Amino acid sequence: MTRIPMSRRSFLTLTAGTGAAAALAACGSSGPGTSSGGGANADYWFLSGAPGETIRGGAVERFNKGDNGGKITPNAVQNDAYKDKIKTAIGAGQAPTVIWGWGGGGLKSYVEANQVEDLTDWFGQNAAVKDRLFPSSFGPATIDGKIYAMPAETVAPIVLFYNKEVFEKAGATPPQSWGDIMNLVTLFNSKKIAPFSLGGQSRWTNMMWLEFLFDRIGGSEVFQAVFEGEKDAWSHPAAKQALTEMQKLINAQGFVKGFSSITADSNADQALLYTGKAAMMVHGAWTYGSMQNDGGNFVKDGKLGWMNFPPVEGGKGDPSDTVGNPGQYYSISSKATPEQKELAKKFFASGVLDDTEVKGWVDAGQVPIVKGADAQFAGSKDAEFLKFIYDTSSNAKTFAQSWDQALSPTAAEALLDNIAKLFQVSISPDQFITNMNAVIGK
Amino acid sequence: MTTLAPPAVREKKTTVNGGRSGPVAWMAVPALLMFLAFGVVPLLGVVALSFTTWDGLGDIHPSGLTSWRAVLGDPGLVHALWVTFLIMALSWLFQTPLSLLIGTFLAGRQRYREVLAVIYFLPLLLSSAALAITYKALLDPNFGLGPGLGSSLLTQDWLGRGNLALGVVVFVVSWQFIPFHSLIYQGGVRQIPVSLYEAAQLDGAGTVRQFFRITLPQLKYTIITSSTLMVVGSLTFFDLIYVLTAGGPSDATRALALDMYQRGFKASLMGPASAIAVILVLVGLGLALLLRRLGGDADESQLEGA
Repeated sequence: MTRIPMSRRSFLTLTAGTGAAAALAACGSSGPGTSSGGGANADYWFLSGAPGETIRGGAVERFNKGDNGGKITPNAVQNDAYKDKIKTAIGAGQAPTVIWGWGGGGLKSYVEANQVEDLTDWFGQNAAVKDRLFPSSFGPATIDGKIYAMPAETVAPIVLFYNKEVFEKAGATPPQSWGDIMNLVTLFNSKKIAPFSLGGQSRWTNMMWLEFLFDRIGGSEVFQAVFEGEKDAWSHPAAKQALTEMQKLINAQGFVKGFSSITADSNADQALLYTGKAAMMVHGAWTYGSMQNDGGNFVKDGKLGWMNFPPVEGGKGDPSDTVGNPGQYYSISSKATPEQKELAKKFFASGVLDDTEVKGWVDAGQVPIVKGADAQFAGSKDAEFLKFIYDTSSNAKTFAQSWDQALSPTAAEALLDNIAKLFQVSISPDQFITNMNAVIGK
Repeated sequence: MTTLAPPAVREKKTTVNGGRSGPVAWMAVPALLMFLAFGVVPLLGVVALSFTTWDGLGDIHPSGLTSWRAVLGDPGLVHALWVTFLIMALSWLFQTPLSLLIGTFLAGRQRYREVLAVIYFLPLLLSSAALAITYKALLDPNFGLGPGLGSSLLTQDWLGRGNLALGVVVFVVSWQFIPFHSLIYQGGVRQIPVSLYEAAQLDGAGTVRQFFRITLPQLKYTIITSSTLMVVGSLTFFDLIYVLTAGGPSDATRALALDMYQRGFKASLMGPASAIAVILVLVGLGLALLLRRLGGDADESQLEGA
C-alpha cells in the first residue's frame, strides 16, 4: 500500500517538468499547419490583462476584417505563465506564428536556436514601417546587427514617483541628487513615513534601483560591458560604489519596513504610495495607469508627482539617461509556413500600431513608440504625464533595456538571485561582484 | 490507480487457488501501462537529459557529467537539500501530534464531532495556489491582518525574514494537510476493536492511559502510512512555496523542487535541473523504503490476544 503510491508522487514531481512540456506542446498544436480552407491562418500569442489585451485583440480584429488572404487567431495568456509557456512551445517546435516578447536576451536565445525569422531585409524593403517608430526601440530587437523582431506597443521608462501631499506636509522638495535622497530618508523616517515603497519579493523591482545607480555613477558603459560579455565587467569601480550606496540606503531604512514580503504583482507597493504610507517609489511608467484605477482620486487630484531619477554627486552618467522597456517585440516563428510568415508581415505593416491602436494606448495613459504620437496627447486627461514619458524617452541619451530582459535567461536568473541577497544584506558588494562575474557571457 | 499493482502481486503469492490470480493480475495492466507511460518513461527521459546541455529551445547536446558536476559542486544544492529536510522535519513534527489528536477526537460517533469533521476537512478542498495567495494577503506587513487588527504581534515581516518565512511555509502546509492526516487517523482509530477499550475500562484505565496504551500502539501502521505521505509528499511542495515566497527571501525557502524549477525554466539550464530531479527521485525512494523498513514485518499481527 505504502510504497507504490509514494513513488508515484515523487515521479509526478519529475514529470511535472517534462509533463508540462508535453501539455504545453499540446496546447500549441492548434497552431502551425492547421490552416483550413482558403488562405493561411496564423496564431498570435500575447499577454492578457487590461488594457493591453483589448488593444492587442482590437488590432487583430481590424486586421482580420481586411482582405489579407488569411486570418490571425489571437490567444491571450496571463503574464507570469506566458514566459514559460512560450519558451516551452518554441522548444517543442510548436510556436505560434507571431511571438510576443520583450526582446533582448530572451530574443537572443530564440535567435541562437534558429527559431525566429530575420526581419532585416523586410525592414529594408519597408522603410516606412521602420521610420515611423522610435529609433531607440530597435536596440533590443537587434542581435548581432540583424533585426529579429518588430518593435511595437509602448515605451515604459522607469520613473521616480512621489506623493506630493506627503512632501507638502513634510515641507520637503523632490530630490535633485543622491545626497537629497539620503537626506529625505532621514526626514521621512523621523515623520514615521516610509521614504520609498518597494515590492522587494519580486526581485526585478530591486533591480531598477541598481540600473539607475550604475548609470548615474559610472555611465551607461558599465552595464554595456556586462551585456557584451566582457570578462570581469562587474569589477568596474563604479559597480562597487553603486552596490555600496545601495546597501547604505537599505541600512538607513530607505525602504518600507517588510519590503521583502511585498510583491509587485499585488500592486501593494503602489498602494503604499497613494495611501501616503510611503513618500516615493521608483517604478515603471506602466504603474501610472494602475494607480489611476486603484488610487481613488489620487492621480486625478494631481497628488502624484514624477521625475527622472536624479544624478549622483560626482557621477559620470548622463542625467538624461533612462532605463526600462523601450518597447514590446513581435517576432515571426521560423517554423511557420511561408504563407503564415507572409500574413504575419502584412500584419506588421498594416495592423500593428495602426491609428486606432495608437489612440488606444494613449487613452490608457501609455506612450506608443510611434514618432509624433505626442500630437494625440492634447485633450487627454493624462497629457502632462504622457508628455513627460514621451520627452524622457525621446531625449534620453541612452535608453537602456531592463537588465533581466537584456541578459540571457541564465545570467538574468543569477542576477535576480544575487540582487535579492544584496537587498537582504546577506551578501556584500564584493561577493555580489564575484558571483556575477562568474556568470558573465553565460 | 497504480495502487492496484502491488496487491495484485501479493494476491498471486497468497492465493492457493491459482484460477483467481490470472484475472486479477490482468486488472493491473491498465495501471501499469499508465505508470510506465507517465512515470517510468519521463523519468528515463530526465535521467538522459541530466547528461546533456540544453536550454530548452535549441538542440540537445550530450555533455557527459557537466551538469552533474555543476549541480554537485554548487553550494546551492546542499542549501536546497537542507531547506527541504527542514520543511519535511518541521512539518512532520507539527502535523503528526495535531492530526493524531484531531483524528482520535473525530473518531467518536457523537453528532457534533461529525459536523466538526466536515468543517475541519474544508482546507483540503482549497488549491495550494489559492491558499498561498490568501495567506500572502493576510501576512502583508502594511495591508494584512496584523495592521488591520492593529496588532503589533501579527505585524511582522513574515515573508521577508528567512526563519519567519520558513515557519510560515511549514504553518500553511500543515494547515492544508492536517485535515487529510486527521482523516487517516480517524479511520485508523475506528478500526481498533472496541473490546480492547472495554477491557481497559474494566481494569480501571482512564482516557489518557487508554490513548497511550491502546490507541497509539494500535495506530502504528497508520502512523507509518501518514508519515510516509507527509515525508515524501513534502519533497513535492512546489506550488505553495512558489506562490508564497518564490523561494525567498534570497534563498531561505528554496527547496529542492523549487531549485529544480528555477534552474530549468527560469535560468534555462535543463541539464542541471534534470540532475536535481534525479536526486529528488532518489531521495524520495530512499525515504519511502526507509519508512517501510521502520514499519517492520507487515505480517505481524496487531490483534494478538484481542
